[in-house]
Amino acid sequence: MERPAYNYDIVKHFVHWSILWGAVSVLVGVVISFQLVMPQLNFGEYLSYGRLRPVHTNAGIFGFAVGGFFALFYYMVQRLCRVPIWSNGLARFQLWLFNIVIVLSAVTLLLGFSQSKEYHEMEWPIDILITVLWVAFTINILMTIFKRREAQMYISLWFMMAALIGVAVLFVVNGLSVPVTLFKSYSAFAGTNDANVQWWYGHNAVAMVLTVPPLAVFYYFLPKSTGVPIYSHRLGIVAFWSLIFMYLWTGAHHLLWTPIPDWVQTLAMAFSIMLIAPSWGSVINGYLSMNGQWHQMRDNYLVKFFILAITFYGLQTLQGPLQAVRSFSGFIHYTEWVPGHVHMGTMGWITLLICGAFYYLAPRLYGRELYSIPLANLHFWLVLMGQLIYSVSMWIAGVVQASMWHSLNDDGSLTYTFMESVLAMYPYWWIRGLGGVVYLLGIGVFVYNIAMTARGAQASPGAAAQA
Amino acid sequence: MWERNPVIFLLLATAVIMVGTIVTMVLPFAYVNTERDAIASVVPYSALELAGRDVYIKEGCNNCHTQTVRPLVAEVIRYGDYSKSGEFVHDRPHLWGSRRTGPDLARIGGNYPDQWHYDHMREPAAMAPGTNMPPYDFLDNRDVDPELTRRKMEVLGFPYSDEEIQALAGKTDMDAMVAYLQKLGSDIPWREQQRVTLVGELVNPFAGDPAAIVEGRELYERNCAACHGSGLSGGFAADLTALNYPEEIFFRIIHDGIQPLRMPGFATLGNERLWKIVSYMDSEQVAP
Repeated sequence: MERPAYNYDIVKHFVHWSILWGAVSVLVGVVISFQLVMPQLNFGEYLSYGRLRPVHTNAGIFGFAVGGFFALFYYMVQRLCRVPIWSNGLARFQLWLFNIVIVLSAVTLLLGFSQSKEYHEMEWPIDILITVLWVAFTINILMTIFKRREAQMYISLWFMMAALIGVAVLFVVNGLSVPVTLFKSYSAFAGTNDANVQWWYGHNAVAMVLTVPPLAVFYYFLPKSTGVPIYSHRLGIVAFWSLIFMYLWTGAHHLLWTPIPDWVQTLAMAFSIMLIAPSWGSVINGYLSMNGQWHQMRDNYLVKFFILAITFYGLQTLQGPLQAVRSFSGFIHYTEWVPGHVHMGTMGWITLLICGAFYYLAPRLYGRELYSIPLANLHFWLVLMGQLIYSVSMWIAGVVQASMWHSLNDDGSLTYTFMESVLAMYPYWWIRGLGGVVYLLGIGVFVYNIAMTARGAQASPGAAAQA
Repeated sequence: MWERNPVIFLLLATAVIMVGTIVTMVLPFAYVNTERDAIASVVPYSALELAGRDVYIKEGCNNCHTQTVRPLVAEVIRYGDYSKSGEFVHDRPHLWGSRRTGPDLARIGGNYPDQWHYDHMREPAAMAPGTNMPPYDFLDNRDVDPELTRRKMEVLGFPYSDEEIQALAGKTDMDAMVAYLQKLGSDIPWREQQRVTLVGELVNPFAGDPAAIVEGRELYERNCAACHGSGLSGGFAADLTALNYPEEIFFRIIHDGIQPLRMPGFATLGNERLWKIVSYMDSEQVAP
């Protein structure tokens, strides 16, 4: 059969920009982690912690992760549908708009134009641009699927389509606001309602941006890398439908013990526990796909990335429900434990997975073998160590902090002032910063490896022709 | 068949996503911010307070400070009465936050004198030794825009007067921020009752212990000197050298604070440490 003229060019561009924004996010992350121990690193209003932190989170989630999923979705959708992208022009437009939005976001956030909603800080004009961007992406992916030459839609396509709808609904509703000027708006919702809508969005951004798309990637790239199919199609079906059903109920577990109605909190708590099942459905499907193939963990560097990624996903989806239980939330919420939890997901699950997928793509995009597999291994071990140092230090810090906050003397008075709990955090903050530096080194090795692979392709066009 | 027909798939997936959305996101609108939640004493922000709230948003204060007190024992003792839904009806957006790198601020209003906030915003470490909060002295250099604030009040439907808007001329973002902080949580009439009641006889367990005086001096310098001056000598708050109160009165004042003067209570230090401060203060009193 004649091979369709797939558009890998657009994939390559999204890979490059995603890596760039990822590196920016990690760099800013390291800077703000040191700002917490050395307040003198807050240089004036534009580079203060309060403004830099949203730059870190948005560059990571929307620049790196979403940019990466644009690349990987465009790759997967062409392969799985056996047709080229529906519109190259629209994809090109989307690439430009994506980078314009990221730059505008960073600049406006540093200037202090913020809606203050976590992971949705950008003001309304940028919200509109993001909506246009997402609609362009959705049309392109869906039209490609409609025009496909493969009757069956593989599981990755389900996850992709669910993410397209989910993100659209969440983002638009949470962004509803009344503009005052071009740079200032007020939320359409007030107080407790606003909080509930925000965490319905906030937690399901985790679902629809940081769980569903990476699972699409995982279900495609693990079998591609190992050469054996996924263990169970049926398990995939059950895990998929129950996952996208249950996630939407859980947002209020971010709001336990707040004035949100009790029944909303209880539902969120119950569904969070139930969510372990569909989450682990995918984890187990991944593990069992390795039956007879575990030697590849040693022989095939790609597999290491994917299996460690799904392992962190599994740990994340056990720890998350634990935190969503009222009693434990009362203890641990608002402490350093929470960033420890979040970063196991972002640095462990998401980043290992996307980097693994980019390594898989490298020879296919550049027409040349990866520059260095030993460097890829070094990257793996550095980011793994960096992430573990980060998360473990923050978990311990969180327990120490929570204990100090809740500790009472015999006479019923508090044992510690708030300031004492702050002072107790400094050693852990230093260790976390160190973890961030190690992680940043790992990302540096990754960027170097990909850059050398890309440059090699330009230097020897003969290799590309052979491949 | 949904695995072969993307239209059916998309409809199904949308329906599945909407179930939880409707129950946990849409339905609560019928239960929240209703008559039942309403608290009569909660009033909208004044023009200056609203300007301050927007500074709080602009600077991303919500990245480190929460604004909800949970109904947990230690939390209510530390911050005050737990938060009620009706307190937030004028908050667009909400600013509950998700991390406490710094303390919760839902009940900060009225706890400290204005001057404390000005000094603390300009140089946090001067008022709270050991803090990792960066200085916000640059707020002094930014002016509140009266016309913009008027438009904001219109959009939000908050009542205001022309005099109130005119009075904004010459106010800085720092003034606005302090006004906002003083408003936080102070709408609630019963918050003053949320104090630990001292019962029984109050006797200094460290009476005559010279070591306690030394420790008390350190505690004083760390917790009290920012307002009352080093060595009780007075700052923007009173000189404490010639009060000559009985130890029990000193203890009560430090423990509870003095609400009308906006002196915060220091019950969070625990009774032992409070008595050591009392020992130190007692040792330094001179005849009037």
